[in-house]
Amino acid sequence: MIEYFSQFNIAQATFGGLLIGLSATILLKYSGRIAGICGITYALLNKAQYRDYWRWLFLVGLVLGSLLAHLFLEIKIPEAPTSNLLLLIVGGVLTGFGSKLGSGCTSGHGIAGIARLSKRSIAATITFMCAGFIFVYCLRHLMGVI
Amino acid sequence: MTLTSKRRIVALISGILFGSGLVVSGMTDASKVQGFLDIFGNWDITLAFVMIGALSVTLISFRFILRQTKPGFDDKFHLPSATKIDKKLIVGSFIFGAGWAIVGYCPGPAIASLAYGYWQTLVFLIAMLFGAYIAKKLP
Repeated sequence: MIEYFSQFNIAQATFGGLLIGLSATILLKYSGRIAGICGITYALLNKAQYRDYWRWLFLVGLVLGSLLAHLFLEIKIPEAPTSNLLLLIVGGVLTGFGSKLGSGCTSGHGIAGIARLSKRSIAATITFMCAGFIFVYCLRHLMGVI
Repeated sequence: MTLTSKRRIVALISGILFGSGLVVSGMTDASKVQGFLDIFGNWDITLAFVMIGALSVTLISFRFILRQTKPGFDDKFHLPSATKIDKKLIVGSFIFGAGWAIVGYCPGPAIASLAYGYWQTLVFLIAMLFGAYIAKKLP
């Protein structure tokens, strides 16, 4: 089992996806909430929801789950993203701004939203995917930046 | 045990599953994600299968769950109420996609990557929260 995880492949990717699907299933089934990381995180910017401890616990779980997966499944820790400060800041600001304005990100829209057959989420997912494709093309192949 | 406590435990378990799912699927590897977005270059199909894996569970489970009147440990579901596809959704999603392309992180993987202790992750997250805060302050 451990060796199975050390070599990356499509089955591993799918299995990881199943875990994510299970996570969203449990959160909806018992807490009645959408497992959208943006929604959960940005709500903590509000004084009213800052004391929703379940949100903090979910986020702690994210980090803990990551640690546990690496430790017990002996999965190699990936490299850091770019060290280019400008890219990190611009990318970060756009990611935060865009997902707040668009009411969601890959988990909220791409997984939970599509699972609910939400037209908004389908539109959002298509849009951010296209934007992603366009910007990687431009930044990587036209400008050689990333 | 109170329902609130049960919901908190659910949140922790759900978070752990989500975080481990992200790691197992390779989604905390920013270059792997950018590889998926690099459709005109060296295309890495991995992310597509992560979504297939997740959706194959949720497309089915959500149908059954949402037939209930309420979730297990709460008195109602907390679902988004908006239904119309509006400008904010499309513009926001496009901007999000741009940011996503630049670093290869979206919120979930970025937070899960805090486990690695990379300063780059922290910078990204602070910038991300700042960006969200600005968007929040918009009229």
